[in-house]
Amino acid sequence: MTRARVVWRPTAVLLLAVASLSCVLSPPRVSAAAGAEVAGGVARRNTERIAGSAGDVLEDNPIGRLKVYIYDLPSKYNKRIVTKDPRCLHHMFAAEIFMHRFLLSSAVRTLNPEEADWFYTPVYTTCDLTPAGLPLPFKSPRMMRSAIQFISNKWPFWNRTDGADHFFVVPHDFGACFHYQEEKATERGILPMLRRATLVQTFGQKNHVCLKEGSIIIPPYAPPQKMQAHLVPPETPRSIFVYFRGLFYDNGNDPEGGYYARGARASLWENFKNNPLFDISKDHPITYYEDMQRAVFCLCPLGWAPWSPRLVEAVVFGCIPVIIADDIVLPFADAIPWEEIGVFVDEEDVPKLDSILTSIPIENILRKQRLLANPSMKKAMLFPQPAQPRDAFHQILNGLARKLPHMQSVYLQPREKHLNWTAGPAGDLKPW
Amino acid sequence: MMKSLLPQSQLRRSAAAAARSSGGGAAGADGAMADGGGAGPRAPASSTFWFLLHALFCLISVFLGFRFSRLLFFLLFSTTALYHSTTSSSSAAVLRATTTTTTTTTTTTTTTNTFMLSFAAANNPPSGPANRTALEAADNKGAAASGNPQSHVVVGRHGIRIRPWPHPDPVEVMRAHRIMERVQEEQRRWYGVKEPRQVLVVTPTYSRAFQALHLTGLLHSLRNVPYPLTWIVVEAGGTTNATASMLARSGLTFVHIPFPDRMPHDWADRHATENRMRLHALRVIRERKMDGVVVFADDSNVHSMELFDEVQKVQWMGAVSVGILAHTGRADQLRLSEEDKQNMPLPVQGPACNSSGHLAGWHTFNSLPFSGKTATVVGEAAPVLPRGLEWAGFVLNSRMLWKEADGKPDWVKDLDAVGENGEEIENPLTLLNDPSSVEPLGNCGKKVLLWWLRVEARADSKFPQGWVIEPPLEVVVPAKRTPWPETTTELPSELLDDKQEQEDRRLSRANKSSRPRGTTKRKGDPQGQDN
Repeated sequence: MTRARVVWRPTAVLLLAVASLSCVLSPPRVSAAAGAEVAGGVARRNTERIAGSAGDVLEDNPIGRLKVYIYDLPSKYNKRIVTKDPRCLHHMFAAEIFMHRFLLSSAVRTLNPEEADWFYTPVYTTCDLTPAGLPLPFKSPRMMRSAIQFISNKWPFWNRTDGADHFFVVPHDFGACFHYQEEKATERGILPMLRRATLVQTFGQKNHVCLKEGSIIIPPYAPPQKMQAHLVPPETPRSIFVYFRGLFYDNGNDPEGGYYARGARASLWENFKNNPLFDISKDHPITYYEDMQRAVFCLCPLGWAPWSPRLVEAVVFGCIPVIIADDIVLPFADAIPWEEIGVFVDEEDVPKLDSILTSIPIENILRKQRLLANPSMKKAMLFPQPAQPRDAFHQILNGLARKLPHMQSVYLQPREKHLNWTAGPAGDLKPW
Repeated sequence: MMKSLLPQSQLRRSAAAAARSSGGGAAGADGAMADGGGAGPRAPASSTFWFLLHALFCLISVFLGFRFSRLLFFLLFSTTALYHSTTSSSSAAVLRATTTTTTTTTTTTTTTNTFMLSFAAANNPPSGPANRTALEAADNKGAAASGNPQSHVVVGRHGIRIRPWPHPDPVEVMRAHRIMERVQEEQRRWYGVKEPRQVLVVTPTYSRAFQALHLTGLLHSLRNVPYPLTWIVVEAGGTTNATASMLARSGLTFVHIPFPDRMPHDWADRHATENRMRLHALRVIRERKMDGVVVFADDSNVHSMELFDEVQKVQWMGAVSVGILAHTGRADQLRLSEEDKQNMPLPVQGPACNSSGHLAGWHTFNSLPFSGKTATVVGEAAPVLPRGLEWAGFVLNSRMLWKEADGKPDWVKDLDAVGENGEEIENPLTLLNDPSSVEPLGNCGKKVLLWWLRVEARADSKFPQGWVIEPPLEVVVPAKRTPWPETTTELPSELLDDKQEQEDRRLSRANKSSRPRGTTKRKGDPQGQDN
């Protein structure tokens, strides 16, 4: 046992060193991000119309404001993976694939890397699926590292900035921490190679290792055609007060309970299973989408990770999302005023959820519904193919454009090096 | 959300046992092995050590099962580990465990409680070594397991918070219902009809046993209509006090019109009289220049609320689908062959559309199966059939009836020209010169918005006059023998007397001796009048 302890200490020290390094690096980005926050906030308050515009920042057109160069990686990093398992196009992590396809034919794409503001590396790290369809993250660090090695060897742009003007789409559970289990993910931390790059990810939680300053949080992929096919007339009266469908206990992985969702979902079930106002169950009905359109509130509690496609579904179907995930950072938080659209409930307040929801003043509820009815809200949450103006792809580009122009500190001085290419667990260093 | 991968990663990594329990139990150790493997260059000796440990783990779990194997493992190793690790981390670990337990009000299984208290470091499903590492690493950073200084979100097992009385509070339920009502009102305002028009409901009625029954039903339906409404009730044989008082109590705006003729007993004549009554009502609408949508609601029909939403869309004259409920009035069913049942069209009357959504014809009720068995006199115990096209399936724009109206189409006959010569008006299509201009409503007739039903009391039935039981009913079953099974509990005599008095007061009778037996109020009370 002593030997094990000796081994773990250097790792801890290393992690600490890397963490301190990222702290050193982050202050300039923190101020830039904070500046963007303030600017976004002012824009939001001034221009929000009562009829339900969710901030004119959503209406920005990124075309012409930035240029993206797409590295031409061999198809083993992208196309071949999808051909091997086309299920990747339909699961909630499909944003990485569709972002690539969108950028290939977008007007922001440039074929001249010298004039590019941002560099995109199309590597599909979330496409190694189990038979059940869940992505395995074990090869992802190696895949990413191999891709970065490829681009840094073939083009000079990575080494120019150590990746600070590159962005990656990492839609997995805990983003670039590349693990589905939270402790392991926090132990690993963000992949050392990606410490300077901008990450476009679905995971967002304040003060969490796996959320870097300056990351762009995106909604998970939800199939737009499927949702459009299940629309009911908007005059259908909303007769369900609270709606939720999903697991409360994960008997496979957490038999005793209390670990899954930090006990919040179990608490929901135990407190409200007998409450007629709460239509909650773990059965999945065929009319799931239709039922959401007949509900006033849709619960979006955390699961193993705080984010879920339920938020996207709630927004598209006009059901007020009730977000039960402490410290969560929601998609496009600098463009969308989530506090005014959804209801945030602390996990410790779950037993009082019925009191909280019934004591919201009716004007607030109606206002939230008006904001949700705004088509720009719904558009911003979706990844339609082909891409449409103001959809999630464009919001990602807006986010990237807001981070421009890059500061001078982004470009490395000669002999200045930030990334440690040998950092991380030994298993990651193996070639892919 | 990826936790189900643990067994699968197991299969991929080790050649260990395929049994699920051992697989689960070994997952923890294997996780440790993985992390241990990633920490740095490993000496071969340590990897064999881990392999032996893993094998030991498998053996234990084979014998003791998944959970107990972990328990044993922690018993064997975690105590030593606690002593070896820094004192601060162990106390921090214990502290953390206690904080998570105190937030629990109840947990689903009490065993987990004891787990938490005694095995501080062992709470997280990943095995001991990895867990301790996490704690140590966290401790080094001086923060909770999610890694960063300011985060208060702790990874690990949390208590399941259940409030002491996890049942709905009625006040909150009412508030929620009010919220939903308001939300639905707003929905109607946004997506529903922009300028709701008044609904003019024309109902022919006459005094008979079931009049109160039918009118009550219709009254309640109309009270729920969310649009301004005027109920035009035409009563054959002159207005009666009973109807007048019912209308007055209804809270609706009404027009009570007497019709001089009495209602005949013959069904065919009754239909004709009703048609004349409706025309009379239309003339009143025309005289008073009432503006709105005219709906023909017979008192025995059943209407859905969607009907009233749908009729707001009518331009001049619309048609809706009516479900025909022709019942036999007898216990035995119609004898239909299987083939007949297959080929029988739906008992729906209404507009038929062609593929482009325009009116192409009419669906009428197929009366063949009922041939020869229909009722001719009101109150006969035989099926009552509808006419070709019922008035109830049509709605009009009242401006169509006015003498002068903007935009009144020329395919509408003037009302004065209709029915004046004593001709019988079968259906509203005779009001038109060109019946093809009728608009099909309700998704081109696909939605049945109301149901036609003709239920009248049997001619030989004896219902109390005015639905008041006067004089009191005769006692049919003597008090000593109750129609329901004898119960053993007997009421004390004082209580019984009290009950009698209450009853008597309720029915306001002078004589105490007779007690009504068949009143519905006592139906659910098993202790009844058992003495």
